[in-house]
Amino acid sequence: MAHVIPGNNGEEPVFYLADEHDHEAGGSTMLGFWMYLMSDCLIFAMLFACYGVYGGSYAGGPKPSEIFELPLVAVNTTMLLLSSITYGFAMLAMDENRKTGTLVWLAITGLFGAAFIGIELSEFHALIAEGATPQRSAFLSSFFTLVATHGLHVSIGLIWLVTLMVQVARGGLIAANKRRLMCLSLFWHFLDVIWIGVFTFVYLMGVIR
Amino acid sequence: MSGDTHGHGDAPAHGSRRTYLTGFALSVILTAIPFWLVMDGSFGKQATALAIMGFALVQVLVHMIYFLHLDARSEGGWNLMALIFTVVMVAIGLVGSLWVMHHLNMNMMPGMGSGDTSGM
Repeated sequence: MAHVIPGNNGEEPVFYLADEHDHEAGGSTMLGFWMYLMSDCLIFAMLFACYGVYGGSYAGGPKPSEIFELPLVAVNTTMLLLSSITYGFAMLAMDENRKTGTLVWLAITGLFGAAFIGIELSEFHALIAEGATPQRSAFLSSFFTLVATHGLHVSIGLIWLVTLMVQVARGGLIAANKRRLMCLSLFWHFLDVIWIGVFTFVYLMGVIR
Repeated sequence: MSGDTHGHGDAPAHGSRRTYLTGFALSVILTAIPFWLVMDGSFGKQATALAIMGFALVQVLVHMIYFLHLDARSEGGWNLMALIFTVVMVAIGLVGSLWVMHHLNMNMMPGMGSGDTSGM
């Protein structure tokens, strides 16, 4: 429906068009992706709340201090932190339009991310092998749900990373690829922020409680 | 449709090499200290717990500023508004859940509850 404003002295009436100007493609992508991250943050918050409620219900099973290996968690944290800084270097290379540099730093980021997933899977394997399975107690159910959800996010981030490396290698650092890399940058650093909560509230607090 | 120019004048704020390295150095310090505090174990439980929560909070802020490049201007302030809204929702969800469930646990019949859910 067009709104009509009467002309001053019998001129043609002025019509407002429904969309007044062109928006650049992807102009709102970063804001939209940030909104997604915030909603993802709510998912993790509720999983943290579950862990907070169930974290003390051992059902006679193993306690956190008996099954968590802090040196392993420290190595894992280091992997994720290193992958964050190398992704930062990839973004800097992207800003300078250095395609090879971007790809190399993305590859290094992917290796650190894969190392993180590998260590986490071996940790889960060891836990399950010694009987600390998700179905053992409410503590272990909530632990596996929270930590594995984070691990699943990192795994999907890795798939995304490889996909973008292929796209950058093929299409170069065009505007669309830069936008995609910036979205993954937010995603990757966001997962590192979630991991701060995981290693603090799950592992460290679990060991001292 | 202008090809390379940024539509609404909000060029994406990237850090420089210096800000990334600053953030990384701060993160390493803020990660190492809590791990050391817990693995050393020479401080009281209460003090250690409060300290590592404090370090986690500071490290989240460091990541937000140096890695996610969040400031009041990004996306015309909407990023920050969305974040504040999310923090409020998270606070209500977390504090509310823990509070309510703690009181439920307290009111359980003796011997039914496993007890300690208060400590996070």
